[in-house]
Amino acid sequence: MRNAFADELTKLAQQDSRIVLLSGDIGNKLFDNFKGVDERRFYNCGIAEANMMGVAAGMALSGLRPVVYTITPFTTARCFEQIRVDVCYHKVPVVIVGTGSGLSYAELGPTHHSLEDIAILRTLPGMSVMAPCDAVELRLALQAAMLEDSPAYIRIGKKGEPVIHIQRPDFKIGRAIVVREGHDVALLSTGTIMPEVLKAAEILQDQGISVEVVSFHTIKPLDTDYLAVASSRFKLVATIEEHGLIGGLGSAVAEWRAMDNIAAPLLRFGTPDEFMHEVGSQDYGRAKYGLTSGDISARIVAALGRA
Amino acid sequence: MRVTDIHLLETTARNIRASIIETSSKAEIPHLGSCLSCVDILTALYFSILRINPANPHDSTRDRFILSKGHGAPALFQVLAKRGFYPESMLDTYGQDGSVFAEHPPTPDHLAGIEAATGSLGHGLPIGLGMALAGRIQDRNYNVYAMLGDGECNEGSVWEAAMLAAAQRVSNLCVIIDFNKWQATDRSCEVMALDPLADKWRAFGWNAIEVDGHDMAALLNALHQHPNDKGRPTSIIAHTVKGKGVSFMEDDNNWHYRIPTVSEVVNSKRELGVTV
Repeated sequence: MRNAFADELTKLAQQDSRIVLLSGDIGNKLFDNFKGVDERRFYNCGIAEANMMGVAAGMALSGLRPVVYTITPFTTARCFEQIRVDVCYHKVPVVIVGTGSGLSYAELGPTHHSLEDIAILRTLPGMSVMAPCDAVELRLALQAAMLEDSPAYIRIGKKGEPVIHIQRPDFKIGRAIVVREGHDVALLSTGTIMPEVLKAAEILQDQGISVEVVSFHTIKPLDTDYLAVASSRFKLVATIEEHGLIGGLGSAVAEWRAMDNIAAPLLRFGTPDEFMHEVGSQDYGRAKYGLTSGDISARIVAALGRA
Repeated sequence: MRVTDIHLLETTARNIRASIIETSSKAEIPHLGSCLSCVDILTALYFSILRINPANPHDSTRDRFILSKGHGAPALFQVLAKRGFYPESMLDTYGQDGSVFAEHPPTPDHLAGIEAATGSLGHGLPIGLGMALAGRIQDRNYNVYAMLGDGECNEGSVWEAAMLAAAQRVSNLCVIIDFNKWQATDRSCEVMALDPLADKWRAFGWNAIEVDGHDMAALLNALHQHPNDKGRPTSIIAHTVKGKGVSFMEDDNNWHYRIPTVSEVVNSKRELGVTV
């Protein structure tokens, strides 16, 4: 996903001279091609994220389209107030990209985990929050964000994530994409957990349960049109995200359902209210927190049994 | 407008001080001491230095000024009105519900002449650096000025910006420190190890100039030294007095929050020699 980000941004920068890339001392070789387009539009801002975000806002106030890139907790939580005041209060088109989101950097420990970023950024007025499921969606999200005149946050994985979309989907910020159609259960997935969700759908299919899988690449603005249809169409709706249960996609869906008095069952998959203290890979973290295809399908079966 | 007559600039500054004090009393707006310390700097900038056109406040080639010490907004609002960005009568709404005038600058979309909404300290310089770099990228020959408080230099983001500006050899960026020796609750050199402030900026790769922030001729001289040809950003350390211009407010930090009474307003204006 990192490579797709660098490649897509380089292409966009060739077409749009307003695009500037700010990196927080990361991606040493990753942006060589971007620098080849225009060296004056790449800035290594060092390990100083608060300043980097302010610089981006100042550039955007001057008519440029800055993209800020570093590891997720440092481009979100570390400089949250700069995002709030400099970017969102001024309503400038800064695109914030967090790499290694969720448990992508599981081995690096909780300092590098990001299980709160969706929650905090979606509180900010005017901020779009996106978590593409693969490199294809990421490219489309980046293209779409560049057409907006408001701030956007895109959380991405690391490298080697499988491609989900074989064909280019119709992408629009705030409109979910149905990846697989079904009629019993809807699995709403955001971000790079998608392959596990699709595997869970296969397992459920084998047990005679028809599953719709949807990529909620945008958490804010939330696709309430899809949610409204889904709440009447399916016996069960579930949200799946590599993010905390507090404040993420599951919370956003639950908030909407509470407002609209939707009583149908909702299952939420995400990480609990704790830091992962032991060392482990991303797969280890997913297994620990019940985010594997086996865990997801088993809970769905159990929930349907009770429903 | 390029006023070079020192006497005229000093008279303008006195009138602005009087307006700030009157408004503070009427609308119960605090930070009077912090506003009075930076009036001479603002006057020098807006009436003699900045290449701006109030009739076209968004001209892409204009110089930019950011009041990073956003709590000095009551001073800036008066200066912008007197400079013609909006009618002075607009200030009659000061502090009223629904008004744009309160304690900190709003966003540029909400008031002509404002370049950035500030109030949270440590934000203005990074934003200004972004504007200065944008000028370089877009081949626009403008200068960016950011006024910081001495207390504001507590914020780490100030020094993050200082290091990046020096590394990028940004020469169209000028910081002015309103060094009035106080922050909200104590002497600024005692709360944190601020001294030697000019040497700090020099050590960070900036061209640092120390000046009496109430000596109009000296201020203009210092401001004219920017931009320099050394490929360095400029930091002007303006030594100022909090509450400058009114004897019973000068260097008394109670005026960080105190609101002047009607009789104190009368006495202030008498001292300033402002009769209207």
